[in-house]
Amino acid sequence: MPEKTSPEAGRSTVAAAVVGAAELTEATIKTQGQNKPRSLGQDAWRELRGSWLFWASGVLLVIFIVMAAFPTLFTDVDPRQADLRGHYLAPPNWSHFFQGDWFGYNGQGQSVYARTVHGARASIIVGVCVTIAVTVFGGLVGMLAGYFGGWVDGLLSRITDIFFGIPLLLGGLTLLQAFTHRTVWTVTLGLATFGWMQIARVMRGAVITQKQADFVTAARALGAGTGRILFRHILPNVLGPVIVVATIALGGYISTEATLSYLGIGLQDPVVSWGVDISAAQSQLRDAPHVLLVPATFLSLTVLAFILLGDAVRDALDPKLR
Amino acid sequence: MTTMEKTANVPEPRAGDDTAPLLEVRDLHVEFHTRDGVAKAVNGVNYSVSAGETLAVLGESGSGKSVTAQAIMGILDMPPGKIPQGEILFRGQDMLKMSGEERRKIRGSKIAMIFQDALSSLNPVLSVGYQLGEMYRVHQGLSKKEAKAKAIDLMDRVRIPAAKERVNDYPHQFSGGMRQRIMIAMALALEPDLIIADEPTTALDVTVQAQVMDLLAELQREYNMGLILITHDLGVVADVADKIAVMYAGRIVETAPVGELYKRPAHPYTRGLLDSIPRLDQKGQELYAIKGLPPNLLHIPTGCAFNPRCPKATDLCRTDIPALHQVTEKDGAELAGRGSACHFWKETIHG
Repeated sequence: MPEKTSPEAGRSTVAAAVVGAAELTEATIKTQGQNKPRSLGQDAWRELRGSWLFWASGVLLVIFIVMAAFPTLFTDVDPRQADLRGHYLAPPNWSHFFQGDWFGYNGQGQSVYARTVHGARASIIVGVCVTIAVTVFGGLVGMLAGYFGGWVDGLLSRITDIFFGIPLLLGGLTLLQAFTHRTVWTVTLGLATFGWMQIARVMRGAVITQKQADFVTAARALGAGTGRILFRHILPNVLGPVIVVATIALGGYISTEATLSYLGIGLQDPVVSWGVDISAAQSQLRDAPHVLLVPATFLSLTVLAFILLGDAVRDALDPKLR
Repeated sequence: MTTMEKTANVPEPRAGDDTAPLLEVRDLHVEFHTRDGVAKAVNGVNYSVSAGETLAVLGESGSGKSVTAQAIMGILDMPPGKIPQGEILFRGQDMLKMSGEERRKIRGSKIAMIFQDALSSLNPVLSVGYQLGEMYRVHQGLSKKEAKAKAIDLMDRVRIPAAKERVNDYPHQFSGGMRQRIMIAMALALEPDLIIADEPTTALDVTVQAQVMDLLAELQREYNMGLILITHDLGVVADVADKIAVMYAGRIVETAPVGELYKRPAHPYTRGLLDSIPRLDQKGQELYAIKGLPPNLLHIPTGCAFNPRCPKATDLCRTDIPALHQVTEKDGAELAGRGSACHFWKETIHG
């Protein structure tokens, strides 16, 4: 049943709360039964609905994700079409909303607006895919290390430490330069390979704390197996910090992808991406700052939106705050 | 359907051989290997529980009562814990020789445990209905829906009002007494043969304590379960237990049927415990206290572990460990179920 039933049901809920459990009639039990059950997800949603952070970041992200999925909704200009005649570094025409010359043209005579719209896809795919890969892999490593302890922890933690010694950017650079043809997927692989350690550490710490909780002992005492304890009892309790770290890191991966592209080792032309555009724009920064500022602004907004979302989700998921 | 109707819907007490003990612990030793040395938490504990019987294990913190329970449940952290010797016979089978999977199947379905602090023993992010239903899903493979229906039944049975709409609530939305009822319901779910209650009422206030103990005693009678009640509260024990085992420094120092122990303790430690209960007729006098501290388990005193605190200790007590003597009347008539691990039990009981 949907939450908003009749006003009558709402009234009976209030009434029931007032008269107390002892006097509950069967009728009120029924209406309450339809109104009240709410899962963790529903509760989180209720919490999120009241948060302006969530709405601000959510609206931004929806725009960017729609942009990534259906760029042609925003512009019908081909981002690769280069026409230098009268377009070379042409300044933005602010009155032409959603037109090819809205944000001006770059050094190749390509529409900055069209390229920025089409660039969203590469950035968001890389960001989301790296985050998923890193969360699954790092999370698994952290969980095993934290739960089993002993030599498993020793081995996995040392491997994590070794990878921690390699900076994400340096590792990505080294690995990616081995590929002559680089796509979104090779960049994802490169970043995921050197990006999972933070999640692993957060997960390990959280699991170590949680596995000593009384409810884990209780679950064991009542006959739950290792798998059930790990995935049903411990995992939901550690998801909070992991989701926050992952969402914040997502922004970081998008900017690292841009950095790699800027350094010429990430995505390459003809792939359209914000990083590639920022990289290409650097030489003309003084003549035509808009060529750099527009994709850079979009990049920052995306990163910011993910971080804000992470914050809002963290608050909503914390069962102790309810 | 109302709460009352459901309560009546319980199975018959199972028929069983009442003479053979359900659970027998024989010469159990548990030690913890720490950086400072070996802490001997349990040093040769023997006790048994039959179906329908309540054994109260009494002792102060650090006496090894909870560790014994954890060893029985198989939830001891090993390492650092270790069981160098002993047997835990459940229906005649030594559980210490079973495989991990065999023991896991016994946990929850045959032997269940009730923990002290219900709030921390329930998972904060899962609804109580899910956690109750999990018992059926793990052990009987029921579907989500069936498990939830059973969970509502269980909540009715432990008299949680309005079970149907509270089934999806989370542990923190319940009061302390209600949470402990949920813990009891979880332990009861699969109608185990034996329940170990580790200080089930310590975290509750006094009025709720009585309710919870009554509920526990009633359900135990109904299902004819064995119950091991671990506690340090002499008051809780008096009403519900059949027999008592008093533990000190990992050993049982005295065993007795419940009334006997209060009337005539046969061990100086038990006497000390009883004397330190405040009494109305001794108003204004100083309350007795057992001198000293419980022993450090890394360095248990030689001889009787209680000797440094015992008012009657002699040189014999400092050298020889007393065995659990059969306690008799002055004329030598045997007192059933009574034992005392004191060299001077005769003087203690008969004055």
